[in-house]
Amino acid sequence: MSSYKEHFEIPARYKQWSLGLMTVGVISLIVGFILYGTHDQGTRFWATLMHNSVYFLLITNAAMFFFCAVTLSLGSFIITFRRVTEAISAAVIPIGIICFVILMCIVFGGHTAIYSWLDRGAVAKDELLKEKSGFLSVPFFTIWTILTIGLWIVLGYKMRKLSRSIDETPLSREEGKKYIFKNTVWAAIYIVWFALTVAAVTPWLWLMSIDAHWYSTMYSWYNFGSCFVSGVALITIFVIYFKNQGALEFVNEEHLHDLGKFMFAFSIFWCYLWFDQFMLIWYANISEETVYFQPRFNGAYAGIFYLNFIINFICPLLIFMKRGSKRNWGTVTFMSVLLIFGHWLDYYQMVFAGEHISPNHVPLNLFDFGIALGFVGLIMWQTGRVFAKYPTLAKNHPYLKESIVHHT
Amino acid sequence: MAVKKFVVGIFTDEEVLFPAIKKVRSAGYKIHDVYTPMPIHGMDKALGLRDTSLHTAGFIYGITGTTTALTGIGWIFNSDWPINIGGKSHFDLPAWIPITFELTVLFSAVGMFLTFCYLCNLAPFIRKHHFNLRSTDDQFTMVIECTEKSNEQEIIAFLNSVGATGINTQVAEAGWWIGRYDNDKTPFQQKGTALA
Repeated sequence: MSSYKEHFEIPARYKQWSLGLMTVGVISLIVGFILYGTHDQGTRFWATLMHNSVYFLLITNAAMFFFCAVTLSLGSFIITFRRVTEAISAAVIPIGIICFVILMCIVFGGHTAIYSWLDRGAVAKDELLKEKSGFLSVPFFTIWTILTIGLWIVLGYKMRKLSRSIDETPLSREEGKKYIFKNTVWAAIYIVWFALTVAAVTPWLWLMSIDAHWYSTMYSWYNFGSCFVSGVALITIFVIYFKNQGALEFVNEEHLHDLGKFMFAFSIFWCYLWFDQFMLIWYANISEETVYFQPRFNGAYAGIFYLNFIINFICPLLIFMKRGSKRNWGTVTFMSVLLIFGHWLDYYQMVFAGEHISPNHVPLNLFDFGIALGFVGLIMWQTGRVFAKYPTLAKNHPYLKESIVHHT
Repeated sequence: MAVKKFVVGIFTDEEVLFPAIKKVRSAGYKIHDVYTPMPIHGMDKALGLRDTSLHTAGFIYGITGTTTALTGIGWIFNSDWPINIGGKSHFDLPAWIPITFELTVLFSAVGMFLTFCYLCNLAPFIRKHHFNLRSTDDQFTMVIECTEKSNEQEIIAFLNSVGATGINTQVAEAGWWIGRYDNDKTPFQQKGTALA
């Protein structure tokens, strides 16, 4: 093993950019509050904050899921760049806290236009919502949100600590086996919790309850597909950036190829769920169910609906199909950015076409992009900080050699 | 195909095989093929093989499947036998997608499987010459083709110098031919003499 740079130094421009983007976010927040925050319950303002915080929380958290899933399957290709996924998942801490504060403000602020089940009087008169009131209630929402974000942070912290714990101590063969086993145990615990949150209850609670009468059991998997694809895209962008800055000497086209394959495969998985949810409702044509697709498929959001399909399925399908494009740094960077934007748009129509938010026109404007850029800045700042703080290579990991000579 | 003369080098270690391939290629000998008991990562690169075009073929089969499904269903439901199903329109794209998907997968899977068999010369009632039977078990076999310019003794000496543990010369049919392994009178006859 030749020599490599153990620590990464954040370039000054990177710091300026992340601080600049965060400033843009804060300015957007203030301007947005002045413009939208005071009248009409501030629905537009809070919906934008919720859309962005939930989306960026889910994609940073997907980095930890990716890391745990690979650990659990004893995958080795990730080891050369696993510090990047760890650093991204550290951004779950600030974004999780922000997201929690926003959700609590919505729930305790009584924003009935976003969550119509908050309106006690209306729920009492509504058969359907009365049946659901055990699930869609302030105590359950609060407790589940605390548990969700809290355990993501705690278990993520545990995985990162476990990874750093062997940085100074080379392992013998037996110790290595024990270390791998311990890793898989914690990864498994994380994945069980992830399955109960992102792949089951949490999207129902945070996002699907915007249309309180409507439900789809597939909704959470569809959310999972969305956040996993964009999570891998986020990892890829950071891997390519850090590689460009001279860190991650051992990452090469083989690793890039694998990340590209993940994006390709899970774009198809996303589309499969997205289409199934649509087709079953379209086919059965029951009015309680089609109400969800009325604004999205026939109404104001039809443009976003088709754009979504083109960006998130047609583009990755055709562009990532060739082996050469998955091994091309430029193409992969472009596709990663496109996918993150595409799934941001996907979440946008999930939130904003909600029955009381804005089903009749698309209120997308600079405010949404400003808040999104603020979160991008926050992710950049936290990821760069954590990545620079610790060694860039997990040099004592038993699978390191396997990862360096990785061949797809 | 034609009957050709081959020098066969047998290796017992892939650590020896890789540098040997490099040396043989840079010396300019023509490697017919290398047979190994298991897939070895990086072997295709070491041999300088071009990327397989199997996936291009797969894409074409897939597109064929998509087209077949869409035109087939479109023709059946719109002109051949239009049926009113649940009041839906006759041109009903979302309902066709599952079948289109299935036919795409079916066409590309079956097509790629058959293409793969053709590329590997695998088919029932097809025979191919085996240079070394133990390359399915524990030995790595490098087969060098003798062209009219090459000197057989020189190749043997060269293979010896790069670490081959057994070397022999075989005159064999390079391609496949119609025949059966179980019916052949002398199925695995060695058409050469062992030298080392």
